[in-house]
Amino acid sequence: MPQADNASLTVSIWRGGQDGNFETYSVPNRQNQTVLDVVTHVQRHIDPTLSYRFACRVGMCGSCGMTVNGRPRWTCRTHVSKVAKDGKLQIAPLSNLPVIKDLAADMQPFFEKWQKAGGVFEPSKSRAEPVEPIRPNEPQRIAADEGIECINCGVCYAGCDTVRWNDDYLGPAALNRAWTLMNDRRDSAQKPRLAAVAANGGCHACHTHQSCQEYCPQSLNPTGSISLLKRLATKAYLKGELKP
Amino acid sequence: MNVRLYIWQRGTAALMAPLVLIHLAVMFYATRQGLTAHDILGRTRGSIAWAMFYGTFVVAAAIHASIGIRNILVEWLPVRDRAAAFLSSGLGILLILLGARAVFAVVFA
Ligand code: SF4
Ligand code: SF4
Ligand code: FES
Repeated sequence: MPQADNASLTVSIWRGGQDGNFETYSVPNRQNQTVLDVVTHVQRHIDPTLSYRFACRVGMCGSCGMTVNGRPRWTCRTHVSKVAKDGKLQIAPLSNLPVIKDLAADMQPFFEKWQKAGGVFEPSKSRAEPVEPIRPNEPQRIAADEGIECINCGVCYAGCDTVRWNDDYLGPAALNRAWTLMNDRRDSAQKPRLAAVAANGGCHACHTHQSCQEYCPQSLNPTGSISLLKRLATKAYLKGELKP
Repeated sequence: MNVRLYIWQRGTAALMAPLVLIHLAVMFYATRQGLTAHDILGRTRGSIAWAMFYGTFVVAAAIHASIGIRNILVEWLPVRDRAAAFLSSGLGILLILLGARAVFAVVFA
């Protein structure tokens, strides 16, 4: 059983849609509780109408992203003891996305941009053909490995200033995904993908702030992937292979 | 920002970097040597080399600045790409005109 200590936590939680407001709740301060545990406590014991999203609770599904004390985080793996300031927590939906209700942000623009960046794998072979072997020590495989553990949590997207400023910017996760596919030689859509990420709102709009890298709970480095995409696109353009 | 604008912006930056250094060195030299405006104009008048030097600088600066302004407009004002491109091209043309006037004044006037 989690142990209760005397103090309680003061938690303000965003309630309502885009023009909602914060409401404050008092929650028992338990050892080893996560921010998601706190949200769950409020829903189960204080207000069952609180909406939020989660699934795996172990950092795999990427559905529990929220803004905690001003910073985007995966809440199932964020310990309250690490982020509470003077026994206070402020929990809001992810930024840079429309709010559906309470802590649930609308991920649609995030995934639309994922597709716009050519984030879908386009096979070059049919299922009748043999599977193409890719060895773990191939340079392209190693390059892709750096970026493939993305869980689509949207934390980087919520923390990116360029996303906030530029409606058309595809964002760190989509571009990171595009970079991994550019390194997959089984994929047949490299040309249109490179054109998509080299257009307005693509990789060249990135300011290399590195917030995405700082916030990514999977310790990925979208900034690095984006820089390599810039280089790839620049080379292709100079060779005349790309017309923006 | 797209790949074409990116290359132009980086390219003009790379071109301007040495030009700025030369420009600073020349200013330093002129003040150190106590050259008057008259002395300076005496050296620049009719000089194709100085016309090329500052002419190149003006063109590079106009391109570089207008691409930068285009990005700032897209990010900070509620304007879309087309309007930003229009406004920043206008600024680029203005910078070229002002710069050309200055170059003309020291070289040909
Ligand atoms: S490095 Fe690029 S993608 Fe990452 S936060 Fe900064 S602007 Fe956004
Ligand atoms: S790159 Fe990192 S922060 Fe961004 S969606 Fe993927 S896992 Fe989340
Ligand atoms: S609930 Fe699945 S990552 Fe947090």
